[in-house]
Amino acid sequence: MVDGRDFLGRLRRLYLPLAVFLVLMLFPFYWMLITSIKPNRELYNARIMPLIVHQPTLKHYIDLLYETNFLTWTYNTLLVAVVTTLVSVVLGTMMAYPLARMRFPGAAVVAIGVAATYLVPQPLLFIPMSDIINRLDLGNTLTAVMLTYPTLLIPFSAWLLMGYFKSVPRELEEAARIDGASRLQAMTRIVLPLCTPGLLSAGIFSFTLAQNEFLYALIFLAKSEVRTVPVGAITELIRGDVFYWGQLMAAALLGSVPVAIIYSFFVEYYVAGLTAGSVKN
Amino acid sequence: MAVGPASLAHPVAGRPFTLKGVLEREGVFSWLMLSPGVLFLLAFIAYPFFYGIFLSLEDRRVASPGVFVGLANFQTLMGDAVFWQVTRNTFVYVAATTVLKLAGGLGMALVMNQRFRGRNLARAFLLLPFIVPTALSTVAWMWILDPTFSVVNWLLVHTGVVAKGYSFLGNATLAMGSLIVVNTWRGMPFYGITLLAGLQTISPDLYEAASIDGATTTQRFRYVTLPIIKPVLIIVTMFSVIFTFGDFQLIYALTHGGPANATHVFSTWAFDIGMSAGLLGMGAAVALAILPALAALIVALTIYLRRE
Repeated sequence: MVDGRDFLGRLRRLYLPLAVFLVLMLFPFYWMLITSIKPNRELYNARIMPLIVHQPTLKHYIDLLYETNFLTWTYNTLLVAVVTTLVSVVLGTMMAYPLARMRFPGAAVVAIGVAATYLVPQPLLFIPMSDIINRLDLGNTLTAVMLTYPTLLIPFSAWLLMGYFKSVPRELEEAARIDGASRLQAMTRIVLPLCTPGLLSAGIFSFTLAQNEFLYALIFLAKSEVRTVPVGAITELIRGDVFYWGQLMAAALLGSVPVAIIYSFFVEYYVAGLTAGSVKN
Repeated sequence: MAVGPASLAHPVAGRPFTLKGVLEREGVFSWLMLSPGVLFLLAFIAYPFFYGIFLSLEDRRVASPGVFVGLANFQTLMGDAVFWQVTRNTFVYVAATTVLKLAGGLGMALVMNQRFRGRNLARAFLLLPFIVPTALSTVAWMWILDPTFSVVNWLLVHTGVVAKGYSFLGNATLAMGSLIVVNTWRGMPFYGITLLAGLQTISPDLYEAASIDGATTTQRFRYVTLPIIKPVLIIVTMFSVIFTFGDFQLIYALTHGGPANATHVFSTWAFDIGMSAGLLGMGAAVALAILPALAALIVALTIYLRRE
């Protein structure tokens, strides 16, 4: 009797709402998957029950890989994401370390500057930035996005890492210094290893943000061979009013795979990074 | 210049004045570490920001020299009905999505803050909309909302709710509604997971004490949960509002500002004017129009963070 009421309460407070949230959040991914494996005669027939696949096919995936530049876009996206993540975490670390642990003239101004640059939205910068990239003659090069993505990632990485660096006790560093370590050695051998979770968080976050970036890639990369997956899919798989829905969904799904894999391995660090800014304060 | 202020730092007592000694000074070391990042941010954020202000005061077209026109671009915008429509769209979009994401995210956090098996897995799945590249998940939504083959229409028609399907992206109100739904879908997990982290800092003892004092579930939420997570709630909301103001790719991919400017926000309209039409000066002026609201938000956020 008591058990039955307990279960009903739990059903009402936990299982039902949880199921609703999961279905709402995951349905678009289910839709991506089944659309990508439906043959065209099922996709474009309004009388067939659309919720399941009747005769699955891999044709859209084969077309995507052979008839479009999808593999090139994937390579570009990953290359840009890896390079910008490395640059951003290294420069972010170099900024966060003194800001978190040293006293020096100008520290307050730089700290406010980092926070301000984190909050400046891209739409405020993209028009002047396009002119700057043109003047540097970097249009249609991956260098253009490799230079501009870190502007989105460094402030965040620095902000996140400052919290981690502050948490390392000063005594550890002082002990190392007394033993003859330079400031740089104290940083790289004592503090950084203790902040590995923070470095991972900053890295994962930067990687997903770099894969997600759209506006700069759209503006700077107008040639198919230099495009990234999101821009390639939106601009080339939608031709005028003709939509290649099967291919589009295959591209959307495959394009999400690298992020999803990295995310699934490091989900704890991702959540830590997500909540650090708002909760740890 | 980077080294200048460092001379104010006190030399380490008792050490000879050597290059190594200088490098070990706090000020010198700090500025050496900082300078690459600072120079980078100055070159690619501060400079474009001020250059954008300069551009907005020019009549400047792509591939031709600009002419200084003062505030003429802003004057033109003030008299343009589309500008005011875009302003209204932006505020409707930000306000509606923020309310929905906050309410839904709080609900998600409260549901997730119970003990059950597979909670970490559920959390990982619930966050997926937030981590998958937005342009790519928007592609799935385009097909979900397709005028002819929309699965939503199929469900509505086959369950007998409506006789004929809607054109979700072809009608001004429905298109804005669709954008709000998709943005809410994408952003709600951010609220849900950060608020969950906030809820998890609340000690169970507090709830127990409140229960012993006879508090109902609603009262416990009102007088225990809410006051404790209020700071997190405010910070998450402000961050989200600031980023939603700058939203571009979701709108660009789903509606492109249409039909007939009904879903244009500052960022997409600035893109159309500055990039597609090549009017850099006017585009920069449109982009700058979000600055007053944004500055007010950032100042409010800074003051709040200081006070906490």
